[in-house]
Amino acid sequence: MVPQAEFRSYYGQPVIKKPVWKWDIPAYFLTGGLMAGSSLLAAGADLTGNRRLCRASRFAAAANLAASTWFLVHDLGRPERFYNMLRVVRPTSPMNVGSWLLAAYGPPAALAAASEAAGVSPRTGRAAGLAAAVLAPMVASYTAVLTSDTAVPAWHDAYPHLPFVFVGSAGASAGGLAMALVPPAQASPARRLAVLGAGLELGADEHMGRTMGLTGEPYRQGTAGRLHRWARALTAGGAVMGATLARRSRLASAVAGLALVAGSACTRFSVFHAGAQSAGDPKYTVVPQRERVDAGDAVRATG
Amino acid sequence: MTLGGNRLFGPLDPAADAGYEAPPPRVGFFTDTSICIGCKACEVACKEWNGVPGDGLDLLGMSYDNTGALGADTWRHVAFIEQSRPVEQPATGGAGAPAGLPADLRWLMMSDICKHCTHAACLDVCPTGSLFRTEFGTVVVQEDICNGCGYCIPACPYGVIDQRKADGRAWKCTMCYDRLKVGLEPACSKACPTDSIQFGTLDELRERAGRRVEQLERAGVTSARLYGDDPNDGVGGDGAFFLLLDEPEVYGLPPDPVVTTRDLPAMWRRAAGAAVTLTVAAVAAFAGSRR
Repeated sequence: MVPQAEFRSYYGQPVIKKPVWKWDIPAYFLTGGLMAGSSLLAAGADLTGNRRLCRASRFAAAANLAASTWFLVHDLGRPERFYNMLRVVRPTSPMNVGSWLLAAYGPPAALAAASEAAGVSPRTGRAAGLAAAVLAPMVASYTAVLTSDTAVPAWHDAYPHLPFVFVGSAGASAGGLAMALVPPAQASPARRLAVLGAGLELGADEHMGRTMGLTGEPYRQGTAGRLHRWARALTAGGAVMGATLARRSRLASAVAGLALVAGSACTRFSVFHAGAQSAGDPKYTVVPQRERVDAGDAVRATG
Repeated sequence: MTLGGNRLFGPLDPAADAGYEAPPPRVGFFTDTSICIGCKACEVACKEWNGVPGDGLDLLGMSYDNTGALGADTWRHVAFIEQSRPVEQPATGGAGAPAGLPADLRWLMMSDICKHCTHAACLDVCPTGSLFRTEFGTVVVQEDICNGCGYCIPACPYGVIDQRKADGRAWKCTMCYDRLKVGLEPACSKACPTDSIQFGTLDELRERAGRRVEQLERAGVTSARLYGDDPNDGVGGDGAFFLLLDEPEVYGLPPDPVVTTRDLPAMWRRAAGAAVTLTVAAVAAFAGSRR
């Protein structure tokens, strides 16, 4: 347990501003992970001749792509100016890099689903699906950089861990969604991806909790803490059920799959709230910085 | 440390680094809080000149500071702190505590503002290029470009920039870019009756600030220290820096701010590692599946 920190502040007011992002942003992290994982499943299923899984996963990717786009535009203060995201190329802005990534990923992901729906030109569908799958892992992981590249203590200090939590959550949720959509006989790759993803997420999250110190505290408190406990229970439960009962029972497969999707949603919203909580309390900004200064270890460029 | 040709940390001339050829000298503010009287003329002048909307006449109930904090509609903010500790009287024949006030009470007043960082996180993370570096080395939002994504707001290590709710876009101090363009000093420093806010070229202000600290030390004011003046600090030095009489956090300032993008290359490396891990997991999920 972190000891109660003594620190000075300006009337207890926060030093930094809370993010103004609304629920759209964690919702986008969820659907972004779902679409990325689904594109990977679709490509693998296509190459291994698993038509049911390929079809369901291509549709899942396209549906989550549509939802993601809506969330991202809806969260803007000036939604009608969304296209300004592609006005420049800015490698120092993860949001700009992400916009270009989505601009590259979206069309092939949509084309793969369109080819599936219309039942035409499977070769184009395959090429488009493979192109989407190549970009999908970065689609799943860049959102962690987007989150960490801020002054929000619980987000910034989590940067070594968050990408692994996020891609694990993407794999678990996309595998879960496919388990809910495809009969157990065709869903074994989805179950494996779900279990691997859940293990990765839970492991990365555990490691993060053990190594972060004071700025990891918000992940265990308040709304973030409640969501975090739900996320762990749903993800672990869904993965265990996915590895056992879901192999034979369609019902168990659907329940386990939806638990994994819900677990991923709880993870994303937990991270979101942890950031807001850490920004709202000056302790998390002041104490680590004050400790550096008092230790004679203030951040300075050398030379 | 660089990313795509951008230097992310350490001392540099921001205007030249942004690509201006032969830019004018970098300008800024030196805010000497030891002579701030808390009159808030700077807040008023800023609002007047820049047409910043009113944000309510509220009594916050915490001190004589009824403005609260910097934000979308507050580009200058006068902090007010009342402390139970002896006033350090300059040894110039000071008359002791003013009549009617206890001798162990001191007031700190400080006019806060956007720091116009050498390495500005708000500018770094802006996805549209709305935030830009001017030829004077300052940081300005282009309101005809900003789409209200809000990324700059949690990126700022000082909590300066914020979203104007009714408008959706992000707003902050421009250091009166329009006035600088025609050779005028910004409205806040122009209005400051005690010259607590001093405008000028940054090199000259840093020299002047160093002399002021020495002067105060000679006069027995040992608590004076500069904040944001060091080009080697976590943000490469502030374009608007301060002389404070207590620790920065007492004024609501971070004690050791660091531009978040210093760590961006490391963040991308971790994200790339995670992406590879997910790819491996997906391949493993299909291992053994029949063609």
